Amino acid sequence: MTELDRKDLLGLEGMSAEEIELFLDTTASFKEISERTVKKVPALRGKTIVNLFFEPSTRTRASFELAEKRLSADAVNISKSTSSVVKGESLRDTAENLQAMKIDVIVIRHAASGAPHFLASLLDASVVNAGDGAHEHPTQGLLDIFTLRENLGDLSGRKIVIVGDIAHSRVARSNIFGLVTLGADVTVCGPPTMMPVGIEKLGVTIERNLLRAVEDADAVNLMRIQLERQKVSLFPTLAEYASVYGMNRETLRHMKPECLVMHPGPMNRGVEISQEVADSDRAVILEQVTNGVAVRMATLYLICGGAQREKVLTDEEEVEAPPANREAV
Amino acid sequence: MAFKIRSTIMDTDQIRRAIKRIAHEIVERNHGVDNIVVVGIRRRGVFLAQRIAKYLEQIESADVPIGALDITLYRDDFSVSTSKPIVGTTEINEDITDKVVVLVDDVLYTGRTIRAALDELIDFGRPRQIQLAVLVDRGHREFPIKADYVGKNVPTSESEFVEVHVIELDEEDEVILGEKSL
Repeated sequence: MTELDRKDLLGLEGMSAEEIELFLDTTASFKEISERTVKKVPALRGKTIVNLFFEPSTRTRASFELAEKRLSADAVNISKSTSSVVKGESLRDTAENLQAMKIDVIVIRHAASGAPHFLASLLDASVVNAGDGAHEHPTQGLLDIFTLRENLGDLSGRKIVIVGDIAHSRVARSNIFGLVTLGADVTVCGPPTMMPVGIEKLGVTIERNLLRAVEDADAVNLMRIQLERQKVSLFPTLAEYASVYGMNRETLRHMKPECLVMHPGPMNRGVEISQEVADSDRAVILEQVTNGVAVRMATLYLICGGAQREKVLTDEEEVEAPPANREAV
Repeated sequence: MAFKIRSTIMDTDQIRRAIKRIAHEIVERNHGVDNIVVVGIRRRGVFLAQRIAKYLEQIESADVPIGALDITLYRDDFSVSTSKPIVGTTEINEDITDKVVVLVDDVLYTGRTIRAALDELIDFGRPRQIQLAVLVDRGHREFPIKADYVGKNVPTSESEFVEVHVIELDEEDEVILGEKSL
């Protein structure tokens, strides 16, 4: 019996392949719930979850909120601009006040790398990282990997290329940690100014030329150019970036016909991805969004459930359990 | 877990006959199989549901839709039990509104599984009726739940266990009664 001994989900770094697969397998089961007429199950009835967003978000925030509601948890949304943070309240005080209201989970997005880790060590409540600075975005990593696995099957030995602003991308980092652990062959491609020093130590290959990088790829994941995080100009113009590292019809012709195109959103159409690629049948960008809700449902369920059994509870175990919870449902 | 006593209370043939009889009872009681949907509870109930549906199709020469329920997310002990089973997939592809759903499980015991299954089913639509078929009813109900079709009634004590084995998951079809070691 392997137990998921984890109060929080802070990142994919250091997670075992077994643990990642538990998240992915659980996600597969949750996906069906969003297809139902009544898109709701009672699993987290009575749990209170706070979505604490210190940075703007459409997808992640809506996705977490829907996941919480579909699991019957009660969700509270707090964004920076409408909170006491504008009055100067510290993150620690904000979090401790929320915990004093007896909440079960905090989902946090913050511009500072490590903010979720700080809360996790401070609070008894579970903490889920919804993106911290340029560090990690574990649920995005999991949903990208889930989408890849749904389309490609076993990922070991499959070539996945991550293109663009690797240095500022928490999505890239979570993808790299998870994919390398699962045995995928990961290549990163982008301008030298956006390539962190020592990135190859994470087990990835660096390729500067986009066409060479994508030629035998099974999937290409395009990272957004994050103008809001760049303190200095890292490339001359957006048009130049688009012509060298942007994916367009011409790049598509150099790829295997079945190669998937992914993007975590929001897309800068015409910069890292052209209109025709974004809307082509290679793009699984909206599939990623659909899977995002299921990944977050699985994450919250696993985090709130605490210990997990490795295998499906069999009928024998149900009747053999001690009298207290014998065949308990 | 070691067992003091262990005996087979139903063998392959007895299970086959019981399933076949249940199928005939379903046809008789519902005057055919129109509007019948057979839904098994994961894991072993699903395989029994498939067998019942196959007999129903043979008896009436008509298609009988089947489905599968995973009741994990509807359990009533989520916040009290320390270890949770992995969540399986529910597959109800048929619109069950105004249908007669025959819910199938292997062992009927406390009734808590059936309570969860009823709650989950109702989230998929409003069936005209839900009937319950079980291979073994071992008693000791904790909820007011009763089976409509029973393969075998087995009086048991709470210190005993009942295991249903199906060929799809286990080595053979059989029902085992044993006593839990102390």
